[in-house]
Amino acid sequence: MTVMEQRGAYRPTPPPAWQPRMDPAPLLPDAEPYRVLGTEAAAKADPELLRALYAQLVRGRRYNAQATALTKQGRLAVYPSTTGQEACEVAAAMVLQERDWLFPSYRDTLAVVARGVDPVEALTLLRGDWHTGYDPYEHRVAPLCTPLATQLPHAVGLAHAARLKGDDVVALAMVGDGGTSEGDFHEALNFAAVWQAPVVFLVQNNGFAISVPLAKQTAAPSLAHKAVGYGMPGRLVDGNDAAAVHEVLSDAVRRARAGGGPTLVEAITYRVDAHTNADDATRYRGDAEVETWREHDPIQLLERELTARGLLDEDGKRAAQDAAEAMAASLREHMNQDPALDPMDLFTDVYAEPTPQLREQREQLRAELEAEADAEPEGGTHR
Amino acid sequence: MTTVAVKPATMAQALTRALRDAMAADPAVHVMGEDVGTLGGVFRVTDGLAEEFGEDRCTDTPLAEAGILGTAVGMAMYGLRPVVEMQFDAFAYPAFEQLISHVSRMRNRTRGAMPLPITIRVPYGGGIGGVEHHSDSSEAYYMATPGLHVVTPATVADAYGLLRASIASDDPVVFLEPKRLYWSKDSWNPEEPTPVEPIGRAVVRRSGRSATLITYGPSVPVCMEAAEAARAEGWDLEVVDLRSLVPFDDETVCASVRRTGRAVVVHESGSFGGPGGEIAARVTERCFHHLEAPVLRVAGFDVPYPPPMLERHHLPGVDRILDAVGRLQWEAES
Repeated sequence: MTVMEQRGAYRPTPPPAWQPRMDPAPLLPDAEPYRVLGTEAAAKADPELLRALYAQLVRGRRYNAQATALTKQGRLAVYPSTTGQEACEVAAAMVLQERDWLFPSYRDTLAVVARGVDPVEALTLLRGDWHTGYDPYEHRVAPLCTPLATQLPHAVGLAHAARLKGDDVVALAMVGDGGTSEGDFHEALNFAAVWQAPVVFLVQNNGFAISVPLAKQTAAPSLAHKAVGYGMPGRLVDGNDAAAVHEVLSDAVRRARAGGGPTLVEAITYRVDAHTNADDATRYRGDAEVETWREHDPIQLLERELTARGLLDEDGKRAAQDAAEAMAASLREHMNQDPALDPMDLFTDVYAEPTPQLREQREQLRAELEAEADAEPEGGTHR
Repeated sequence: MTTVAVKPATMAQALTRALRDAMAADPAVHVMGEDVGTLGGVFRVTDGLAEEFGEDRCTDTPLAEAGILGTAVGMAMYGLRPVVEMQFDAFAYPAFEQLISHVSRMRNRTRGAMPLPITIRVPYGGGIGGVEHHSDSSEAYYMATPGLHVVTPATVADAYGLLRASIASDDPVVFLEPKRLYWSKDSWNPEEPTPVEPIGRAVVRRSGRSATLITYGPSVPVCMEAAEAARAEGWDLEVVDLRSLVPFDDETVCASVRRTGRAVVVHESGSFGGPGGEIAARVTERCFHHLEAPVLRVAGFDVPYPPPMLERHHLPGVDRILDAVGRLQWEAES
């Protein structure tokens, strides 16, 4: 008998313990990103919601511009802009109830502000006078998180804890396309699915991780497809279509709240500005590419829809602009004041009680400050 | 009141009892980690907890240390008091980013608004014949991270008291469990556990006049043995058990060294960049005029942890300690 004949005679059967866990097909994202604006679905969209989204988008665009201007004036150390991504930023905040939690990445200052955090407090990290400028418990917003994707397991743990306590709380965690390559992204999604935690993961695929395009980041069919591997649904949405992002995120939040478990949402968007003010985007992409995205701008998409439906006129536009200008003027005014700094703050809140070693170091700094003050002439400029 | 016959208990049993008492006292205490539920942990320290408190309070997690600690952060944010088990010293490394970037500094980042009362239990150290990645002494990494407490018991009673204190602490605590002492026994009554002292105090395990052995965790019994053996050489050694590496008890350590005038730091961790360097510097800075000899270090070698058949040549033993004591410039005495 030949080897081939032997193989032919062998009828492999699955081992008795193995059985498929679930049908993966319902978890798969659609082939095309979900859209509302400019489609038949738009007619069903709530006019009040569209108007509210518009006002937030205009305000968000102005916020990005103002914050970027503040870096040029030396009032912010750095600002990672979300110009072009405002639909994702504001929708992420708007879909949550007051009792829910938002877990932003370092780029999501705008979502933090849209959630209700004071704009100056939200920029404390980027101004550099402290790390987190707001009390996370006041608006249930976790600190802006710089180490990529490390805030995602926090969202899972918090949502899990809330569920164990019987509280109706959903956590929405934000991450970028680059962050999906981090191990913490994988571990967070896996834990969330195993625990059926009420979490929504929003991936803003803005095309770049600083300079590295998505093609060098993943070989997956889409980032939303990654959900299937964890046993959760993946949804693909046009991230510049504010109505679509709002709807998809609302569905995911509703599903989590009802005990349906986590959802991964990939929003296709584009980072119109450089990574930060310190980055030079011309080194890795051409103007033509940026221009094509300007034509798919979140504010213009919504404006077209609202205008066509007679929901927005020149007065309405002006009102949104005026409100945004007032916010920007207030932000400018507050950010142009020097923040109060107390060097002795270095030693507070390292531990609940400072260790003996920190008490010694605190006294050392106190002595240095006193020596500095003594060395300065009367009315010195040291602050 | 009935008298309970005091039977010997192991350190592992005292740790289990500490977890159980903490869970019974506070519903916010949640135990989580790999194999901590049904199995009761690979060292059986969480034995019976899932049965008694349910799987929501003592949870078998997916096998991912960063995920375990990362989700514990979120649970602590929501008011729980997670006790995380890292199965072995070297298995804790994937969790370092969560530990260093979040656990250690969340209180500071948020100006005190968001403290993280997490206890991270790490079985550590060698001497159990473990194959590679099962015997590391990783304390120096934790000590170098501001915002963490680093605690390690050497006795059955301290295992209970320090673990209760760690869980009760509003700060994150890395609780290092000397795995070769898990089965060490002592007369200890679980029905009348030792009062819980705050973290941060060392204790003199053996009084002596000639020199001080400064040590902690798995090296404490080795130093006690060395102190007994030293009597034959005419040395009366004092043994200080640090119990807490952070905060460090300068007061107790320096009081001892000022009495004896000589000191040797003993630990399994390597000496270069290890805890002994910091301790020797602190003692020298504070006790210089009381010292008759330089502070010496007896440590593991600066090599990757050796395979089990060679580990006895690596670990500090009685002879290496006595050799160091012999080099403490006794000739100055005569």
